[in-house]
Amino acid sequence: MNGAKLRQQIAFSVLGAITLLIVVPIILVILYIIINGAGSITWQFLTQAPRNGMKAGGIFPAIVGTILLVVGTMLFALPLGVLSAIYLVEYARDDLFTRMIKLSVVNLSGIPSIVYGLFGFTAFVLLLHFGTSLLAGSLTLGIMSLPVIITASKEALESVPLTYREISLSLGATKWQTIRYCVLPYAIPGILTGTVLSLSRAAGETAPILFTVAAFYLPRLPHSAFDQVMALPYHLYVIATQVPNIPLSISFATALVLIALVFLMNLVSIILRAHYRKKRLW
Amino acid sequence: MVSEPVIKTVHLDCFFGAHQVLRNINLEIPANEILGIIGPANSGKTTFLRALNRLNYLHRTYSQSGEILLDGRDIRQISDNLLRKKIGIIFALPQVLPVSILDNVAYGPKVHGVTNKETLARTVEEALKRAYLWEEVKDRLQEPAVRLSGGQQQRLCIARTLAVGPQVILYDEPCSGLDPISTAKVEDAMQQLKADYTQILVTNNTKQASRVSERCAFFLMGELVEIGPTHDLFTYPQDKRTDDYITGRFG
Repeated sequence: MNGAKLRQQIAFSVLGAITLLIVVPIILVILYIIINGAGSITWQFLTQAPRNGMKAGGIFPAIVGTILLVVGTMLFALPLGVLSAIYLVEYARDDLFTRMIKLSVVNLSGIPSIVYGLFGFTAFVLLLHFGTSLLAGSLTLGIMSLPVIITASKEALESVPLTYREISLSLGATKWQTIRYCVLPYAIPGILTGTVLSLSRAAGETAPILFTVAAFYLPRLPHSAFDQVMALPYHLYVIATQVPNIPLSISFATALVLIALVFLMNLVSIILRAHYRKKRLW
Repeated sequence: MVSEPVIKTVHLDCFFGAHQVLRNINLEIPANEILGIIGPANSGKTTFLRALNRLNYLHRTYSQSGEILLDGRDIRQISDNLLRKKIGIIFALPQVLPVSILDNVAYGPKVHGVTNKETLARTVEEALKRAYLWEEVKDRLQEPAVRLSGGQQQRLCIARTLAVGPQVILYDEPCSGLDPISTAKVEDAMQQLKADYTQILVTNNTKQASRVSERCAFFLMGELVEIGPTHDLFTYPQDKRTDDYITGRFG
């Protein structure tokens, strides 16, 4: 074997080892949670409200609460994020103002989630009088998700070849027709990836919902958007640290349900992505 | 020239930022003519072409002065989408959309409001026939357009332009990426289209200009050096620079 080939082998091995280094801990964490939690997952656990000071019963209200929060977040953040990205990529002139917006978006994604929580509390709960509610929580999580959705959508739109736009415009299509038929369809897979990524994060966040929506103990479903809900991450925090004498297996089971929920969301996005990729004929 | 020119430019100056790309271009193109435009790289040929349907304005630094008239009417009075419907363009490299052959051709009529399926199908068939592609693709209209060969893709682009019903067709070095046989087919298509369209062909290939065009213009460094019947321009060029270029002394 000559030198170049040997160096290539070494480089491949190093890269492979690093990949393994990243994947193995994740698999171990998931395995650990499954081993400790799977035993406690029963039909009752998934469909009943907690009883006996959360020591018995299930986590049904928290599952529903988290799903509602994710849906609310998406309803708010997805249209706003995609439309902002369309504006930034297709319409905005490249001036100081636009650059400031872009810089702000990048910086916003680096803000700790507890800061969003505080902002949501003062803006939505107090100032707009939404109270501690599903609405306030969804808006807070939505604002937290926006930077990632905007950035991902922006990159997805920018990656659509300029020639598609040129073809469309040269045939006399309007700017909006061009965006609608020749740009957006090819950006959707990228937009979906970013959206699901940020929604997964929103589903698992505790800090932003702490003051804006999450109920410590509310063994019923919400009546309206102005009602509080239980949510899985906060419930996990509560049973793991705030209430004594709760079996650890219940915490692990709750964590497992949260992970499964996020995994399910990713699955849906993968299916949607495949569907839209098929539309692009190569 | 007896008839009113389809396209006329008057004192046309084009700029990208502060850089002047075209200087004082005055041209008249009568109906049903194939005008060839030759000249070395950076002579402003493409800019001239893209000025005619305002595609240059996609660059934010672009500006122009002077007038461009379509059928005697200043193109500034025509909306971008109507102007580009009337003046279609074929780009240098065949550029197809990542959709089926059918949808590529149907895209133009669709954005101009044709929704009836039968009308669309008829328009597509008609356009593909005129671009000499119908026989090769009629059995696989649903296939991805990218699977066609380069020459077929370029004729698909011509069909796509024809489908919106233009009056003028611009070609920006349409055969620069094609083999001689595909080139011949594209040139054949152009000859057949002469009866109904006014065509402007920008080319780096002087032989192609002499084969296809009736009149020919020579651009150099943003100026229109000479224009005349193609045969005359190639046999007795009036300007020394034209002579140098066509005999291959530079460019």
